[in-house]
Parts: sequence; structure tokens; C-alpha cells
Amino acid sequence: MRGVVDPLVFQISIFVLAVFVGYYVVWSVTPALHTPLMSVTNAISSVIIVGALIAAGPVEMTRSKVLGLVATALVSVNIFGGFAVTQRMLVMYRKRKR
Amino acid sequence: MSANLAALLYLASAVLFILALRGLSNPESARMGNVFGMAGMALAILTTVLGPQVTAYGGIALAVCAGGAVGLVIAFRIKMAAMPQLVAAFHSLVGLGAVLVAAAAFYHPAGYGIVDALGQIKVQSRIEMSLGVVIGAVTFTGSIVAFTRLQGVISGDPVVFRGQHALNVVIGAVIVVLLGAFVHTPSADVFWVVTMLAFVLGVTLVAPIGGADMPVVISMLNSYSGWAAAGIGFTLENSALIVTGALVGSSGAILSYIMCRAMNRSFVSVILGGFGGETAGQTVRKADRSVTSGSAEDAAFILKNAASVVIVPGYGMAVAQAQHAVREMADALKRRGVRVSYAIHPVAGRMPGHMNVLLAEANVPYDEVFALEDINSEFQATDVAYVIGANDITNPAARDDPSSPIYGMPILDVDRAKTVLFVKRSLAPGYAGIDNALFYKSNTMMLFGDAKKMTEEIVKAL
Repeated sequence: MRGVVDPLVFQISIFVLAVFVGYYVVWSVTPALHTPLMSVTNAISSVIIVGALIAAGPVEMTRSKVLGLVATALVSVNIFGGFAVTQRMLVMYRKRKR
Repeated sequence: MSANLAALLYLASAVLFILALRGLSNPESARMGNVFGMAGMALAILTTVLGPQVTAYGGIALAVCAGGAVGLVIAFRIKMAAMPQLVAAFHSLVGLGAVLVAAAAFYHPAGYGIVDALGQIKVQSRIEMSLGVVIGAVTFTGSIVAFTRLQGVISGDPVVFRGQHALNVVIGAVIVVLLGAFVHTPSADVFWVVTMLAFVLGVTLVAPIGGADMPVVISMLNSYSGWAAAGIGFTLENSALIVTGALVGSSGAILSYIMCRAMNRSFVSVILGGFGGETAGQTVRKADRSVTSGSAEDAAFILKNAASVVIVPGYGMAVAQAQHAVREMADALKRRGVRVSYAIHPVAGRMPGHMNVLLAEANVPYDEVFALEDINSEFQATDVAYVIGANDITNPAARDDPSSPIYGMPILDVDRAKTVLFVKRSLAPGYAGIDNALFYKSNTMMLFGDAKKMTEEIVKAL
């Protein structure tokens, strides 16, 4: 085999391996923390802000930039709200005082 | 910043996200995990903002501050009992965010470096973009329906009409055909028609699913928001997004699986919906069966003479906000030397882990709270099971009666305890619409009343 591997193939490799990492990591999460798991996965899936920032990046005001700015604001609600509410929940989990 | 350095920083941020989830294996490590998550997010944002594609900062700063302030206010004000609807609302934002990012990439593909030599959007990017936008749109409206249902804006009963599944299939098929057309020749009209159809599909998919199946719906939407992020990640050729999308997608899928298994139902049957509420099986009340009921004083007498008590909470405890009263009762019992523990069924409440959060909020130590498989064998040696706001998950018919519609569903074996104290407003059936055989057992005492008031009265009588 010769030639260059398409970058898409590398992306698919990363994706498939990450699905497996996710599978094993999530099964090890204790059921008591399933609600914080949902709120934190929600917060980290807001990393799509990266796409919004690229759209909002240029100086000239275009349709794409407006869409990017709106998406940035919406997803920021999620990032700050998601991590903060997760932290609020996690500090409540305490062991028995002995 | 070189493209290679940026790619490595995105990789580091993906690793931090994996550590954030890894931390959740234990409540002690979870707090550190959340800090890793925040660090990963900060790293991803800074890498993008300092990169060559971002040259104007004012608008971005304003958008982040405005959104962030709203998010923080919501996060610190929200009641723990309202966590399911908050998570649903947040999922809808991720879904809408994915739609907007895909639209931005469609209108300005050069900014994302996804144009071919002819100045057209690359075919591969068209496919990735369309997947991101469809999944994002379904997540957006589906989460809104889930939110309104959990918030009580619309009833928890499933919305079912004739030809519903056929309609979903038709919408799905039209979306697939239009996506084919979009991949062939990208046009704004097709892009927006597909988006609108996906918005409609999100509503028609979630509307038929009733209130108590919400744990599955929320997990499923969690999973969708992940796949949408991964779709956008492929468009952006960004490893942080691809990895995060895969993590979140598989996390939501596993949670859906755990919830379905705990109800002994297939994922497909939950998604097809129509279960519970008005349309569920007919209620059979047999007049000849007698029920023992008691007062708070009776219950207090039984409880203080027990050696061991297991508390079994359900959604009713969340509705009545009875968790603090329950913890006071447990404290009073512990002072008298009674051993108290808590048993949580996986589908108790409206989202995975809902009961655990409420108990943690009421300062119940997490090492007194046990999952179904860890505590079920102990009911035989338990003096009193105190069931508060739960119903179907304690119905012995699921274990003993093959003709029951919920036969095969794993239950908490509370009927094996010496005495069952069952706090409930009336003998009305639970969500599955079937009678609970537990009510008529000779070792069951019904405590009719509001979960919170009844528990408070017991505390007074102790």
C-alpha cells in the first residue's frame, strides 16, 4: 500500500478509540453520581463553543459571525452553569462523621 | 500559535475531560475531576481564541460574559429537586448551539478551512455538517419537550395519536432524501428545510414518552448532544470535540441502557412510547382485599422498636420535598440505636441518580445509601422498610406474577422485611397503572398522607 492516509481516517480512529474509552470510564462511575455525570457531560459537550468562536472570530460583521456570537452566548450558559451546578452537587456528597 | 501546537493543546483538553469523568467513580475524587473538566474547557477556549481564526475579541467577550452570568445565576439558584429539568434545558442549548455552528460553517466555509479547490464545501464536510445539524436539531426540540414535561408545563401523560410512528418514519425518510440532495448540491434552502424537519422530529419523537420514562429520555438526549458535538468536531477536524462527543455519546447511551434494564424494557419500546398515564392497563381494585392503615404514632412505635430500618425513596419524596424530614427521622432513630440505611432503585425519580442527589442535599452520608444489587438481599434481615414516594419499584408482582405487565422488572424486595410502612396519599396505582400487591400484604401498614407531613409527624412522635 502506498500513498497518503486521508486525515479523515485519523479522525475516525480517534473517534472510535474515544468511544471505547468512554465506555469503560462511564461503567466505572458509581450509580450514586449518575446525576452529576449527566450535568458534567453536558458541560463538557459545550466544547462545541470552539466552533462558535471560530465563526465569531473575524472582524467584519457577517451572517456567520452573528450565528457564531449567538451560539457562543448560548453555550456559555451551559459551560458556566453546567460546571457550577456539578460542583454544587458534588460538595454535598459527604461521608458519615465518625 | 502553530496548527500543530493547537492540535496538541486540544488533545490535552480532551485528556482532561476523560479525567473529569474518571473522577466520578468515587465521590471523593469527583470534586477534583470537575476541576479537571473546567481546566480542559478553559484550555480549549484559550487555544481557539489565541489561534489565527479569532481576530475580534469584543463581541466574544461580551457573549461569554452574558451567557456565563446567566448560567451561574441559574446554577446557584436551582433547587436540587429541579435538576432533571435543568439538565434537559441545558441539553437543548447544546443542541441549538450545534445547529448554529453548522449554519455558520455553511455560510462561511472558508473560515473553517473546509472548501475544495473549486471554492465549494468539501463533500466530506457536507456529510459531517448535515449529521451535526440534524442530531443537534432533534436534541434541541426533544429536550424542550422533556423540559416542559418535567417542569409540569405540560402533563406527564404521553401524547399519542394514530399514525404517529408512520409520521416519524416519513419525516425521517424525507430528511435522509434531502440530506442526499444537500450533499450533492449544498443549498441554503435545503439546509433550513432539513433543520426545520429535524426540529419537528424532535417533538414527535419525545412527545409520546410518558413522565416516568423520563430517565431514559434524558439519558438519550444526553447521548444525542454528544453525537452532535462529535459531528461538528469532524467538520472542524478538532480532536477535542471528536473525543468529547464520543465520551458524552457513549455515556448517555450507557445510562439509557442501565435505565431500560432497571425497567426490564427494551430501548425500542421506551422510544416508541405510549406507556403509562391514561392509556396504561386498566386498574384492578379487588374490594375483598383488606388494607391495614395506621397513624404516625403507630409508625413511630414500630420504628423505634426496630433494630434495622431501610428507607426506600421514590419520585414522591422529591415532589413533596420530604428529604430533609426523612433525614431528621433517620437521625432520631439512630440516636435510639436503630441501624438506618437507604435503598435506591436505578429508576427512582426522574433522572439517573436523582434520589442520591436529594439525599446528599439533606446531608445524608453517601455511605448509608445503597444501590439495588447491594442491599436487596438484606431486606430479609430488616425489621422495617419505610417506603416513601415509591410504588412500582416495590411491587412484588414484578417478581412473582408472570401475568403482570411489569413482570421481570427488578424490584426492591421490601415485602421480605418484617414490616413495611408505606407512605402514600391513596391506594391509586403507580405510573404503570397497575395495582401494587404490597398494599394488601398482612405485614404492610399504609400511612395515608403527604410524604413530608407524615414523616414530620413521625419525627414528633419519636
